[in-house]
Amino acid sequence: MAAGYNTISMGSGRSEFHPRKPRPDLEDYMKEAGQKVLEQIGGAEHVDECMVANFIASRYNKQANLAAFFPYIDQGLAYKPCIRVEGACATGGLGLVTGIRSVLAETADVVLVVGVEVQNSVKAVYGADILAAAGYYKERKQGHAHFFPGKFSDRAGAYFSKYGREKTRQAMAMWYRNAIENARLCPTAQEFENKTGELEELAFTEPNPKMFVDHLNVYDCSKVSDGASAIAILSEEGLKRCGIQKKDVVEITGMGQAEYDLTQPPKDPVSLDTTRVAVKKALDMAGITIDDLATVECHDCFTIAAILAVEAMGFAETGKGPDFILQGNTSRNGKIPFNTTGGLIGWGHPTGATGVHQAVTIWEQLTKRAGGAQIKIPRNKPYGLSVNMGGDDKTLVSLVYKKT
Amino acid sequence: MNYIEKLENVTVLGAAGKMGSGILLLTALEMLNQKLKPENKDKQFVLYAMDVSNAGLAGLLEYIKEQGIKYAEKNIVGLRKAYASRKDLVDNEEIIRQFASDLTALVRTGTRIEPAFESRIIFEAVSEQPDLKLDLLLTINRNSRQQPWFFSNTSAIPIAWLDERAGLMGRIMGVHFYNPPAVQKLLEVVKTETTNPELSYFVTEYLKNLGKIFVPSYDVAGFIGNGYFMRDIMFAETLVNQLQKDFTFSQSLYMVNKISQDFLIRPMGIFQLVDYVGIDVVQFIMSVMNSYSENEKIHSPLIDKFMELNIRGGQNPDGSQKDGFFQYKNGKMISLYDTGKRRYLQPEEYAGIGDTHLGPLPHSWQPWKKLVREKDKEGVLNVYFNELKSSPHPGATMAVEYLKKFREIGTGLVKNKVAFKFEDVNSVLTKGFHHVYGPVNSYF
Repeated sequence: MAAGYNTISMGSGRSEFHPRKPRPDLEDYMKEAGQKVLEQIGGAEHVDECMVANFIASRYNKQANLAAFFPYIDQGLAYKPCIRVEGACATGGLGLVTGIRSVLAETADVVLVVGVEVQNSVKAVYGADILAAAGYYKERKQGHAHFFPGKFSDRAGAYFSKYGREKTRQAMAMWYRNAIENARLCPTAQEFENKTGELEELAFTEPNPKMFVDHLNVYDCSKVSDGASAIAILSEEGLKRCGIQKKDVVEITGMGQAEYDLTQPPKDPVSLDTTRVAVKKALDMAGITIDDLATVECHDCFTIAAILAVEAMGFAETGKGPDFILQGNTSRNGKIPFNTTGGLIGWGHPTGATGVHQAVTIWEQLTKRAGGAQIKIPRNKPYGLSVNMGGDDKTLVSLVYKKT
Repeated sequence: MNYIEKLENVTVLGAAGKMGSGILLLTALEMLNQKLKPENKDKQFVLYAMDVSNAGLAGLLEYIKEQGIKYAEKNIVGLRKAYASRKDLVDNEEIIRQFASDLTALVRTGTRIEPAFESRIIFEAVSEQPDLKLDLLLTINRNSRQQPWFFSNTSAIPIAWLDERAGLMGRIMGVHFYNPPAVQKLLEVVKTETTNPELSYFVTEYLKNLGKIFVPSYDVAGFIGNGYFMRDIMFAETLVNQLQKDFTFSQSLYMVNKISQDFLIRPMGIFQLVDYVGIDVVQFIMSVMNSYSENEKIHSPLIDKFMELNIRGGQNPDGSQKDGFFQYKNGKMISLYDTGKRRYLQPEEYAGIGDTHLGPLPHSWQPWKKLVREKDKEGVLNVYFNELKSSPHPGATMAVEYLKKFREIGTGLVKNKVAFKFEDVNSVLTKGFHHVYGPVNSYF
């Protein structure tokens, strides 16, 4: 992978954002991100195939058939094969693996992947209806008004009951602080301009079940975001064609995909089993362990999801995720820096783009392009890992990236 | 008769007005929230919206629908539970639309008074004309078989006067909403010596369910809110007159407005607040209060002068501010009317000289918008008022004088048995007028 690009993650918190003023739309974000990748790979003529990862523009924007926006990005993409993929919040990850499979199948040497979502087209209360499509629709009636916050609130409640509330809430607060502090280092992050002094104090705001959910407050949740991320997937032949040097790419050495039955509740509310399976597959394929990783981008749609992900990846035993986080291990100077530009909570979560954004972030870190957000990549740990989750631990994509 | 039975049939008089439409909305919300409870599902709630303005009534249902949608959006967590038995309503959007539809369905609009004869509760929110109010109350009471309870939104007329003249035998209470009723949390409630206690129980339940807070007031014309406000206007006018010895009218009015907003850290200057309420409304309230005032003249020649010039302030139907003492653009003051030159002047014609004379604000000053979010308001205000008191500049000196008068008005309301206690006066000022401190305090 090479030539990544992220647009701004637009939404509340960005000074450019005003809900009543015109903003860029789907095609604008796709064009910005797509063109920036094309510039880095020498133009549209080098591209064999395109993937657009978008969860649900047909409802947020009343727009479908997004693959046909590729020629709008660049006329040089006209008549090339383009595909739109969808897998809820793991859509971006699915876009990447679909592109990777094309390269592995030798049907393409250069694949342009663009992830995009524009969600501020509706108020959050209606966005909750749209996002609920990532769950089982027949559960919608019984579900919470804020459907997914409700799902993860239930998980948080179960976790509190089993392992204790106080320490878990402390870890959730620390996760929030890390996310915002990391986002402040990345100019495209939605929370880049967040100047709040007492982040952890804010994160300890008591949940208000009357207006929101039982066990989470709004700071435990990723925000509503618009934006796009794009990256190129290239074979060795593709790299030569585009004139890209090895030092500027990351190699995909592991890929793990897993699905779980959408109609079924989690087997265990305090465990992300599908995440565990996908990560194991990716690490096994790469032939590494978590000890070889220099950085991780995990799907922290909610702070409790981050704790559960830390455990599912194997960094901490079940029930010990909060300790691992509270010891500072996941902070940018810790043992294993997580979500170095803020993750979903700090950088933003334009759903279809998120998986691609994770890939771009790891590519930036491993190729030393992360600017103010750059972390140290140890020589003996040249790997990064991304985990992109769709629904309540239903659709999972995990990738292992290696510095070349 | 219990709370629900009383609430089943309600009339709002003056429903198309600014206050009436707000009371109508709140009552509709309370009715629907009650109806959505399983035990009330078979009850039939009816809300008559009466007004003389057909044009006003025409837009009323749309207003109720829009506000219903906003309410439902905010309260969707509870509404999903309330509509849980409706299997056809799955998405938030479907529930929100149903709620707005159900809310609108409660309301029947009309210009004729007869439907009110069936109502058990009458909210009266017509304009502050004693004879008009009296006529409506008399007519309904004479023709109704329901022995209705009357709740008057008057902000000036004594309730006992209405009770006695309309022969209501204690079936009336003052329930004075602040503008806009749907937003403002505070109300003043007024009982007379003969008010039936059941009315008080009803109002307590009704306001509690709406999330409102209320302070009791003695039945004295103007009650606490206008008792303070009218006297504040009158004092501001005396300051304008004093300043006019050395400055033009516009410069003087600008300075007093600035002192009352910036130096006193209030959300609006006193004359901006008059524009917001309406110069005509203020004149009317003063005249009503004055007619009941034995020892004090409640009157403002300045208000009269602007009324003679047909400059009335108040708001347009879309909520935008009409021109008054000031001219407004997008809600901001852009110019000030000069009664001598008979035109609005640009700021360069009055602000520079005014600002220079007033001098700087104390170093620790914070704008109202910032101070309302401050956790340690008391600490900040202590420092600020100490600086203000020691400042040699005329602006600070006049502000201290203004604050002393503010305190005098506040304590006078208790002394003259308008308010029951100082805390009630402070509550009205902080929760109704959104000041960051009340007149009775330890700062000055």
